[in-house]
Amino acid sequence: MLKYTSKIRETARRLLTEHRVDAVIGFRKGTVPMICQPVLITTPQEVDTLYWDSFCGVNLANYLPKRQGPIAIVAKGCDARNIVVHMSENQIKRDQLFIIGIPCKAMGDRRKITRALNGQEVLEVTEDADTIVAKGEGFEMPFNKADVLQDNCAICIHRNPVIYDKLIGEPVPEQDGIDRYADVQKLEAMGADERWNYFQDLVAPCIRCYACRDVCPLCYCPTCFVDESRPQWLGKSIDPTDTMTFHLLRAFHCAGRCTDCGACEQACPMGIRVRRFTRKLEKDVLELYAYEAGMTMEARPPLDVYRPDDSGDFI
Amino acid sequence: MNEVKIQKERFANFLNSLTDSYRLYGPVRQADMVNFVPIRDTTEIDLSFQNTRLSSKSLFLPQSERMFEYSLDPARDDAHILKEVPRDYSPRAVIGVRPCDAKAFKLLDVNFDTQEYRDPWWVRARQSTTLVGLGCTTPCSTCFCTSVGGGPFDEEGLDVLLVDTGEAFLAKVLTEKGENLFDAAKTIEPADEELVQKALAIEQEAASKIVSRVDTSRLGELDTLALYEADFWEEVHFACINCGVCTYVCPTCWCFDIQDETHGRAGDRIRNWDSCMFPLFTLHASGHNPREEKLQRVRQRFMHKLKYYVDKYKNGVACVGCGRCVQYCPVNIDIRQVCRLMNAIAPPDRRPMHACNIAWVRSPS
Repeated sequence: MLKYTSKIRETARRLLTEHRVDAVIGFRKGTVPMICQPVLITTPQEVDTLYWDSFCGVNLANYLPKRQGPIAIVAKGCDARNIVVHMSENQIKRDQLFIIGIPCKAMGDRRKITRALNGQEVLEVTEDADTIVAKGEGFEMPFNKADVLQDNCAICIHRNPVIYDKLIGEPVPEQDGIDRYADVQKLEAMGADERWNYFQDLVAPCIRCYACRDVCPLCYCPTCFVDESRPQWLGKSIDPTDTMTFHLLRAFHCAGRCTDCGACEQACPMGIRVRRFTRKLEKDVLELYAYEAGMTMEARPPLDVYRPDDSGDFI
Repeated sequence: MNEVKIQKERFANFLNSLTDSYRLYGPVRQADMVNFVPIRDTTEIDLSFQNTRLSSKSLFLPQSERMFEYSLDPARDDAHILKEVPRDYSPRAVIGVRPCDAKAFKLLDVNFDTQEYRDPWWVRARQSTTLVGLGCTTPCSTCFCTSVGGGPFDEEGLDVLLVDTGEAFLAKVLTEKGENLFDAAKTIEPADEELVQKALAIEQEAASKIVSRVDTSRLGELDTLALYEADFWEEVHFACINCGVCTYVCPTCWCFDIQDETHGRAGDRIRNWDSCMFPLFTLHASGHNPREEKLQRVRQRFMHKLKYYVDKYKNGVACVGCGRCVQYCPVNIDIRQVCRLMNAIAPPDRRPMHACNIAWVRSPS
């Protein structure tokens, strides 16, 4: 990971010194353990703030829409796919971007680590290739990294960026033989009532802070439907119907666009597994249209294509 | 001051003895977090938490609170009349409030209970509630209460403070409300000198565990416009996603929005938490938004807590150092860092000329 940090800095320094970009979007070390902060640097003097470790889970593509001028961005596999989504939705242009590709070694989940420690506060984390060591008052606990990955990273099959201008290290082997949809199949096996109850319980702790929406690269609408006031589509209280409507509509807006980067789930202050909503849609789009979001600029996203000869009999 | 000993094995009995006189609220573990809820079974109360995920402000300022109800049925005599929704203001005891949250209630009083305006729902909820605090023996690394006028065993705003000494709690009875609570509990064992000394040592040790320090000393004297126009907001705001996490987990964020919700021919007037992070927060009916940009919204949150409040009320910052926003911000925006940046800006004479000019224009004296 330190190797990635020095390579990121080296690349950023060169790009800024040679005036090839106006700014670099990357991460800096967080002020608390197990979270890194998105940062924008504009001068070669600042490059040493750039940092990389296993807690760079925020999707940096979220900081791109409508940005002007040449810019470099550090991109994991999922970030790169979301950059492709942005380009296909005209949010940013390819020739503006210098993509610093990260062959991603998967992100750690700070909640899993805290849970395994029974809520004891982690004060410092160190890591090597396969191990994350969490230290706190009177304990030092090594974790097998594979056991504490973000759920989406554990089943990820696109860890290498699909698009980049410079790859920061050797490509990592992609996982194969992964059962990507075991969680969705459990939901599909439920009866309608059971499923409805499941989702109601899932969102019961929601405080309508919209962190899941705001951290998502897909949510760049100038005015989100929840913020429309004329007409006002949605109540502002924590009424269960309004809360559920928000989550369902947000998920459907992401259908065929979501890369399962997991940022929504990491952002939720209440620990709601919001990917439960988007995963089913991701699976449906894969099965119905053989399409995965952000893999290529060649194909249009299925939900913005109209074909009179569509094989579906609903046309 | 009255000091009482409660053996831990008798703590559930103590709580049970209160249930005839009080509605009990307390911290209960729900999955990975602990939050305040009404207590039906006193064994549910879990005092082993470092801090609750959400602050206890919702006990007095619920996230969504029905204020009035109304009918739109013209056949009814009371059509179009707002009627206050009946609420239970019978005595209530909240067990396990952290000193930071209790201090926050005092801070919110300056908004909801003033000479000019008294928010009836806030005031009645405050009056009917007895706060039994729980001192922090193991503060978090993100806690900085001692930098903002509080402390892990601060008594401000509490009626009783519990000190966990291992086998027993030392209960400090701080107010008349606190005395009434122990009158209701009936069986009381006065604290012995040994327990008092033990508690004192624990309190001193806890204060030394708060290692996070934030200097707020210059905020009051700094020029508002110089802070407003400071360069660092560019850097501070970049990562922000403008979600409501910081404001919703914050014990001192008091902003709300009032909405009428109509269902068929009846409806409710509801007050909901609002957040200065949301674009809708200051959107005018004309379509104009004085805080159109993310930078403006981020700056507003910190300026309100660390400058406007300081200047208006002259009783410190509008932050109690609970550290929740630091822990739960999805992009690690850290109020301690922002406060350091604000507190460290150059004095007025070293400000850029244009800032000085604007200051002069606005205050021609």
